[in-house]
Amino acid sequence: MTAIDMNPPIGHIESPGPPRPSRRSLIRLFFGDFAASCLTVLTAALLISMIPAVNWAVFDAVWTTDDPSACREGGACWAYIAAKFRFIIFGVYPPQEQWRPLLVMGLVLAMILASLSPRLWGTRLVYAWVVAVAAMLVLMWGGVFGMTAVSTSNWGGLPVTLLLALLSLGLGFPFAVFLALGRRSVLPVPRLLSVITIELVRGLPLVGLLFVASILLPLLLPAGWSIDKLGRTLAALTVFAAAYLAEVIRGGLQGVPAGQIEAARALGIPSWKAVWHIVLPQALQKVIPPLTNTAIVMVKNTSLVLIVGVFDMLSASRVAATDPAWPSPYVESYVFVAMIYFLICFGISNYARWLESRVQARSYR
Amino acid sequence: MTDHPSCAIEISGLDKWYGNFQVLKNIDLSVAPGERIVVCGPSGSGKSTLIRCINRLEEHQGGSIAVNGISLNDSLKNLDAIRREVGMVFQHFNLFPHLTVRENCALPQILSRGKRRKEAEEMAMHFLTKVRIPEQANKFPGQLSGGQQQRVAIARALCMTPKIMLFDEPTSALDPEMVKEVLDTMVALAEEGMTMIVVTHEMGFARRVADRVVFMETGEIVEADKPTAFFDTPRHARTKNFLASIMH
Ligand SMILES: Nc1ncnc2c1ncn2[C@@H]1O[C@H](COP(=O)(O)OP(=O)(O)OP(=O)(O)O)[C@@H](O)[C@H]1O
Ligand SMILES: [Mg+2]
Repeated sequence: MTAIDMNPPIGHIESPGPPRPSRRSLIRLFFGDFAASCLTVLTAALLISMIPAVNWAVFDAVWTTDDPSACREGGACWAYIAAKFRFIIFGVYPPQEQWRPLLVMGLVLAMILASLSPRLWGTRLVYAWVVAVAAMLVLMWGGVFGMTAVSTSNWGGLPVTLLLALLSLGLGFPFAVFLALGRRSVLPVPRLLSVITIELVRGLPLVGLLFVASILLPLLLPAGWSIDKLGRTLAALTVFAAAYLAEVIRGGLQGVPAGQIEAARALGIPSWKAVWHIVLPQALQKVIPPLTNTAIVMVKNTSLVLIVGVFDMLSASRVAATDPAWPSPYVESYVFVAMIYFLICFGISNYARWLESRVQARSYR
Repeated sequence: MTDHPSCAIEISGLDKWYGNFQVLKNIDLSVAPGERIVVCGPSGSGKSTLIRCINRLEEHQGGSIAVNGISLNDSLKNLDAIRREVGMVFQHFNLFPHLTVRENCALPQILSRGKRRKEAEEMAMHFLTKVRIPEQANKFPGQLSGGQQQRVAIARALCMTPKIMLFDEPTSALDPEMVKEVLDTMVALAEEGMTMIVVTHEMGFARRVADRVVFMETGEIVEADKPTAFFDTPRHARTKNFLASIMH
């Protein structure tokens, strides 16, 4: 405690730490200078302007009811979400088979949790993912092990969103690595192919790519061939993810000093092994933030598939909201779906930050 | 070139260009097994380029290089064999920052020699002990001092059991207080009879360890002699100027 402290503690010893803000310092904090005053006033105005929204969402809201007409007042109708929860999450998947998509989501969560620690990254984990994804698809499709077959046109909701995001990123990533390496290759053919692929895909809007995949692709395929609509959509998302990931990875490759490859060559390490074990890991570590960004964008991009009629979570929520029994609960639907997207993206973002801090902890110099 | 078994390295008539700029001009140098050569010369004289040609980090355009009788040509098999014979230590260490110190030493053995992990790690620990930093094995390079990093780099090269070691200014990126620990490691290596070519301006090291000091300027070898003769009675004016400039 310093001598200028205005209220010296009497009778007890105050724990060391930052001094509590006095009234004067609080005033200084909020109105210390012009900028601070402006910020304070603006924040206050923003908070006040949010009062109607809070009233709508909390105080005037209808939380539980079996009677849709109870929602005709001004507040939010969360009871509607409760009533349509199953439909938004699972879409038109047969309700009696609902345990299957539920199990799929459990599997996704379990696999993600199992993959979090970089210690476990390796070929075994890749095999585990291949097996898990195969199991997920079998569960969704059925038709074996006594499960009734469910065609992809009846898949819907959150499992479709999760599968599209996971598979487009998971399948796009290896492609992206090859495209990025190809673009930096000294051989003209791989370089040209990579450049054309990347620039073509990046030059198209995703919506355009989805239309190409869902409408043009069936026309281009030889007669008798057909790829399921969900498969075509996934192909478009994968190509799109690959092009963007490739550019991110290329940036990382550029950041690896030439001395790394020289050291590997001097040690007699074959060049493709050097790329795989020495250059790529460093390149990827350098681009964790933009990789995360691309992953998050791709999760949200999956919602665009509703344009070509794939029944993802956002589509399901829109269809649910057309139920005439409930008074136009669009806002509630969107808020609910937005919350799910937010949870996923916030999770990715936090995980990436943890990964990055882990990399940074390896050098304190 | 003739396969001369009595030569560890045989360089003759070596020419190298960068575009129109000739970096190395008709270099002749033979190094006997166990010989220690120190190469010095002003910046840009081609010292790095010369030793980087030996394990083909740089390609030469004229003349020939043979290492332990293996001639360096377009045969990948020969190149591979030469890189087995030759270890290299860089000015900026070039350790792999994403791998621990132990892994830096073990992984190259696994990747280029197909060694088993256990064996490779034992070898790594053996040489880390030899450069006196076994306790740092689980750290990452970024957590070590420059001198420690350079010693790891030496251990990493030694793990490949080379017969010849090339050093390209191994101490010039180090803070002065760390130079000694690296030089001591190199002296110990020299005393074991390792064939070495060291590009350095550490003239104390040259006097103590070198069998021959080679002075290069503008891509040519100007003078090469025993350290006593080289330092005390240099023959060429250019050598005298250079020695005067680095001795202040
Ligand atoms: N990749 C390159 N392209 C063009 N010129 C180069 C290249 N690398 C080196 N040079 C030139 O070749 C010459 C010799 O370079 P080198 O690195 O061998 O010199 P050095 O004697 O090792 O110098 P220093 O003491 O500064 O390390 C220099 O003039 C340099 O500018
Ligand atoms: Mg140099």
